[in-house]
Amino acid sequence: MTESKVKAEQPKGQETVLKGIPASPGIAIGPAFLFMKHAPIIEERSILPEEKERETVRLEQAIVRSHKELRKILEFARQKLGDDKVKIFEAQLMFLEDAVLFDAIYGRIRSELKNAEFVVHDEIGKYHRIMLAAKDEYTHERAHDVEDVRNRLLRNLLEQRAISRLEGSAIVVSQNLTAGDTVILSRNEVLGYATDIGGITSHTALLSRALKIPAIVGLKTISHMVQDDVQMVLDGYSGTIVLNPTEETIKKYEAKRERYREFEARLAPLRDLPAETLDHRHVELSANAEFEQELDFIKIQGADGIGLYRSEYLIVGREVFPTEDEQYAQYKLLAEAMYPKRVIIRTFDIGGDKLMVEPTKENNPFLGWRGIRVMLDRPNVFMEQLRAILRASTRKNIAVMFPMVSNLKEVRQAKKILDEAKHQLRKEGIPYDSRMKIGVMVEVPSAAVVAEDLAEEVDFLSIGTNDLIQYLLAVDRGNDVVSSLYQEFNPAVVRFLRRIIERGKRKGVWVGMCGEMAGDPLATILLLGLGLDEFSVVPKMLPEIKKIIRSVKYSEAQRITKRVLKMKTEDEIKEFLRTIMKKKFPDIPIN
Amino acid sequence: MIQREVSIKNRAGLHTRPAAALVKLAATFKSEFFIEKDEIEINGKSIIGVMTLAAEQGSKLILRFSGDDENEACHAVAELIERGFDEK
Repeated sequence: MTESKVKAEQPKGQETVLKGIPASPGIAIGPAFLFMKHAPIIEERSILPEEKERETVRLEQAIVRSHKELRKILEFARQKLGDDKVKIFEAQLMFLEDAVLFDAIYGRIRSELKNAEFVVHDEIGKYHRIMLAAKDEYTHERAHDVEDVRNRLLRNLLEQRAISRLEGSAIVVSQNLTAGDTVILSRNEVLGYATDIGGITSHTALLSRALKIPAIVGLKTISHMVQDDVQMVLDGYSGTIVLNPTEETIKKYEAKRERYREFEARLAPLRDLPAETLDHRHVELSANAEFEQELDFIKIQGADGIGLYRSEYLIVGREVFPTEDEQYAQYKLLAEAMYPKRVIIRTFDIGGDKLMVEPTKENNPFLGWRGIRVMLDRPNVFMEQLRAILRASTRKNIAVMFPMVSNLKEVRQAKKILDEAKHQLRKEGIPYDSRMKIGVMVEVPSAAVVAEDLAEEVDFLSIGTNDLIQYLLAVDRGNDVVSSLYQEFNPAVVRFLRRIIERGKRKGVWVGMCGEMAGDPLATILLLGLGLDEFSVVPKMLPEIKKIIRSVKYSEAQRITKRVLKMKTEDEIKEFLRTIMKKKFPDIPIN
Repeated sequence: MIQREVSIKNRAGLHTRPAAALVKLAATFKSEFFIEKDEIEINGKSIIGVMTLAAEQGSKLILRFSGDDENEACHAVAELIERGFDEK
């Protein structure tokens, strides 16, 4: 069916695309059910002294009813989600049982001679307002719990019933959903949730993930744009809503749903399992990322986070440098999409030519003005980026990493600018994570040699093998004449890696790797044996690498590594590792 | 009246579980108990009040107790906070 025909048939129902925050993965296609909730209207009424007793009893009954409702939700949630997911409701029950709070409320009803609704609304409102104003997001979210309890109490005082039934299967669209709504509604055939407000840590998001119902939050105006029974597509992977989808669009999303289902089925056994050896050495297995479009994929592949976000892709193909706000928006999106998993943002790793001012032609750009060198020479650009990263760090799941570091002084200078950025934000009253972790890429041999000194300045080291190997072996792998000399398994490389990992760890920092070698299945056992703490790999290699890690013992990997460290040629090492891989993992293709 | 300053040690701060533990412990004492942080003072026996403080790791709190068992109460509550609520 062509698009024009659809338009002709449905003059009012034009296909409309909305973007929100992807909160729970999955694709839902179906009619909308508009879940409208009005905040109860509260009037302030004076009561007669002889009515005090009646108001008190009314409130007591409302508390008992609210308690019953919450217990019911708690029980249902516990069955469906398990003990660890019901804390929200336990907290709400604790609020209902807060003797200090209710003594104050009963006291005010008697002394001020006001109706129970007004006093409940006003007294709980005091706490609600303070919590809403809190800078930390945890308390901010808890404000919703307080509001939820208050509204439940008020609804029961006003003797209104809660709506929790819907006919048939539908996508629930609402301005906001409380934790209770999300759970209770799921007793019906809910295909998905779409709400105007909420973030990735909102109850709708957390609970819909636990309930395995696709959800998108933060859609701003969807509850005003949708009527009951409007057809919609909800793509919880990317945060996309399509209203009145054409047949073509529906087919496209059905195909996507099928594709992801197959993929998930194949990986399901691995996805939620930790990257842990048979003898329980846990390593972090994260992904390298460049584009936000990859995030869906990274998430369903079961990564522990993003070990390398190449921020310079923000600049690719652009005329002007991205502003602090543009950068912030991108970093925030990453942090939200991956939350609570960690995202390591590498500051711009660009050659001087990308700065688009004074284009300099360098004879040997690999040994030239690159990475941290450029940033330290252009502190304004660096400052904007660091401010943007800090501003996006409020959920405490962002770390920053400096590329192309070749000496200690550069790290200290970069940290000084970072401190200055923090100082500015503090003065401006803009929140950020004051304990944001800092790391250094080890990709220049001189940095590798002083890895222990660098480790004293930072929280982690991440080995960038691509450049490190080129610099160490003096081989440009883009140069066909010598590219065969680019050898990941060159004994010098292996011994150099051991040195970096050992020295870093001795100083108490974790050591990861974000170069291609981390995603090479032939290297996995060796790297494990060297004691690497984090592997950051191309997303498509996540399942294979995880499978290898989970199939060996750390002690065995250490033995293998010990033997490799004694070998004198790359051929010998590769042959040895190949034999092991063929025996252990005949189904994993290796080079 | 007895007063003591403490700082929050546990990583996650005064979130629901520690707040509940604090209130529960405070309730076992007869003394009145107030907590002050950043010029906000709340009743330390109220869970909603304690949650309102939004006390993150490193926050400074002033604990005030008054009553017959104020010394014991202060000692017990301060210790719970200093121990980081036995969390990591």
